[in-house]
Amino acid sequence: MTAKTFLLAAAVAAAVALPGAAAFAQGRDQIRIVGSSTVFPFTTAVAEEFGRQGRFRTPVVESTGTGGGMRLFCQGVGAEHPDFTNASRRITRGELETCTRNGVQVVEISVGFDGIVVADRLGGQNFSLTREQIWKALARQVPVNGQLVNNPYRTWNQVDPALPNRRIEVLGPPPTSGTRDSFVELVMDVGCRNIPEIRAITDNAARGRACASIREDGVFIEAGENDNLIVQRLTSSAEAMGVFGFSFYDQNRDKIKSHPIEGVTATLETISGGQYPVSRPLFVYLKNNHVGVIPGIMEFAAEYMSDRAAGSDGYLSDRGLVPMPDATRRGQRTSVMNRTVLTTLN
Amino acid sequence: MTDMSINASLGADGLHTSDAAYKRLKARYAREARFKAYGLTAIGFAVLSLVFLLWTIVSNGYTAFLQTSIQMEVFIDPARIEGDSDAEKRTETALRTADWRGMVNSALAERFPNVPRSDRRFLNDMLSQGAGTQVRDAVLANPSLIGQKHTLWLLAHSNIDMLHKGFIDRDGPPAQRPVNDRQLAFYDEFVKQGALVARANTRFLVGANSASPELAGMWVAIVGSFWTLIICLALAFPLGVMTAVWLEEFAPRNKWTDMIEVNINNLAAVPSIVFGLLGLAVFLNFFGMPRSSPLSGGIVLALMSLPVMIIAARASLRAVPPSIRQAAIGLGASKLQAITHHVLPLAMPGILTGTILAMAHALGESAPLMLVGMNAFVVDVPTGPLDAATVLPVQVFRWAGQPERGFVEKTSAAIMILLVFLLFMNAIAIYLRKKFERRW
Repeated sequence: MTAKTFLLAAAVAAAVALPGAAAFAQGRDQIRIVGSSTVFPFTTAVAEEFGRQGRFRTPVVESTGTGGGMRLFCQGVGAEHPDFTNASRRITRGELETCTRNGVQVVEISVGFDGIVVADRLGGQNFSLTREQIWKALARQVPVNGQLVNNPYRTWNQVDPALPNRRIEVLGPPPTSGTRDSFVELVMDVGCRNIPEIRAITDNAARGRACASIREDGVFIEAGENDNLIVQRLTSSAEAMGVFGFSFYDQNRDKIKSHPIEGVTATLETISGGQYPVSRPLFVYLKNNHVGVIPGIMEFAAEYMSDRAAGSDGYLSDRGLVPMPDATRRGQRTSVMNRTVLTTLN
Repeated sequence: MTDMSINASLGADGLHTSDAAYKRLKARYAREARFKAYGLTAIGFAVLSLVFLLWTIVSNGYTAFLQTSIQMEVFIDPARIEGDSDAEKRTETALRTADWRGMVNSALAERFPNVPRSDRRFLNDMLSQGAGTQVRDAVLANPSLIGQKHTLWLLAHSNIDMLHKGFIDRDGPPAQRPVNDRQLAFYDEFVKQGALVARANTRFLVGANSASPELAGMWVAIVGSFWTLIICLALAFPLGVMTAVWLEEFAPRNKWTDMIEVNINNLAAVPSIVFGLLGLAVFLNFFGMPRSSPLSGGIVLALMSLPVMIIAARASLRAVPPSIRQAAIGLGASKLQAITHHVLPLAMPGILTGTILAMAHALGESAPLMLVGMNAFVVDVPTGPLDAATVLPVQVFRWAGQPERGFVEKTSAAIMILLVFLLFMNAIAIYLRKKFERRW
């Protein structure tokens, strides 16, 4: 290599790197979506189908978690900010305020439901759990003889004599996960409601903390966002139970089973019918400011709410989304197509 | 023999001939034998682990290169294509958005005319969600098919594919099987007619990613890895070589250069995720570079590989004997000429080897890229370094986390592809080293 070619190589490198850095402020012709890992598989399925129709480019979907997605989504208006965000819970008041402050107009699309199941390996015993039992087994502090003490329970029959004599070991999602948020909201917060010692706490914030805190003495094991790993652990352990989303359970029904909660078994019907207590609505939020700027936004929203996607026989239900009743979905479809902007949370 | 000569030199009752000495000698030989055995065990263990790892990956993944398809005769129904039946006026959009899936479902219903309405859904689920698109692509390639019956191989649904490959226990309890009894009956019927066959899966290599395992391909990740490495190489190679040349040939020996040296050595040991965080904070948030683009990913990887490349380049520059420089300067060359005409060309094989190994490392890197958003679901093939893309190791990670059973084999197969690329790059490095290596 001579001096000339060497310098040439350097010049080429600089030429590639520098103008590139100056040229991104341009527009985009591809929808960008961020947000919840729970909604991710549904949104990717819609994105793929949308791209397949060939009218627009296939949206890019990134899994950042609900909170992370909201942060990116509410950051502002413009091509460098995402057009949609997936959420496994409703947008919070604080997030909506951030959005509004940054000029972001939010349109809410509720796409269906997800259930949370307490799963077990196939050979394990069958028993029904209540949310109160789960709370007592997993809360950091539980009442014993009228005093809140660090959770002493090691086996399920210590929690409730009706339950089997089996070590408590629960694999669940870490605090960064939307599934964890929902688990706390749907199971823990409800499970502590009728405990007199918890009700006696007058300070709202302290009571909330007492309800939502999960024990950290190794009984509840944070198993990361990789649910496949939990399935593997469940099938190989006689003690462990796992907490995860219904769609995941549905896909792995040949390896694991779920315990009924309050006597109700999780099925598509009990979740969309509202009988199964541990289920949650899933959302996709649309950035109204980007409509007409980034091509295909309304068309994508329409595809998401179409019969063939989110309907009761749609391709999303094949992937484990629990569809909304048809009438609700059609009513909502009208309001989304009218681009009704979310201003306050009721 | 040896004993005798030692005896001779030391006399009959020499220090090394007593019983105690023989014992010591024996113990020393035994120690050596043990040491060799330890070494062999360690190597044996390493080889066994490698074989086990490769065996697991290959045995899990080889099936991904086959994909189950079902032969169907589909009537390309002009009535289901929007617009005029007149071929002249049929637009491309109408062709793209026609009810292709409906035609496929009709073909299925024709094949099994006695299936009650309630079971139609199970029948339709025998075929992949992409089956309609396959018909569409056939028609787009050959519009004269419209109005005719066309026989083609359509992809089976991933569950059927898993069943065909033996990953689903068909005798298991029905509630725990992803394929129900009706579908088993359809499956057996297709197999009996010879219409259900596992065929070579080119889509896996040249197709785009998909949320359905039977449609998923790696092309976006391959192209994304390519662009990312190009950016990385274009930045890191010239910078690395120039830094190495300056430090090795021009830099004065003082506190400052010592400090730079120490820092470069330390940077080589910084965990890669740190570079990802830097990339997120500086390139994405401050400079506003596009998320998920090979540009941002390549820059992050360039920062990561720079120290390694500088160290490798310096080592090979140092290996060039000083006599070469002195001879060149003695013959009247300037210092720059001595370096560019003699030292650099001689050091180049070593530099290139180091560079390729650093690139191979960068190819296998995932953590820092996920921080700059390269873990997105991307279907459109990136046309340049500014488009959203993903890379091979991140693709492996994503598929490993998918719930569908069909992605297990795809994950292993993707690892195989990644390993092939890595082996290929290492082979180039070895070839360069062997071909241009010089000894003095």
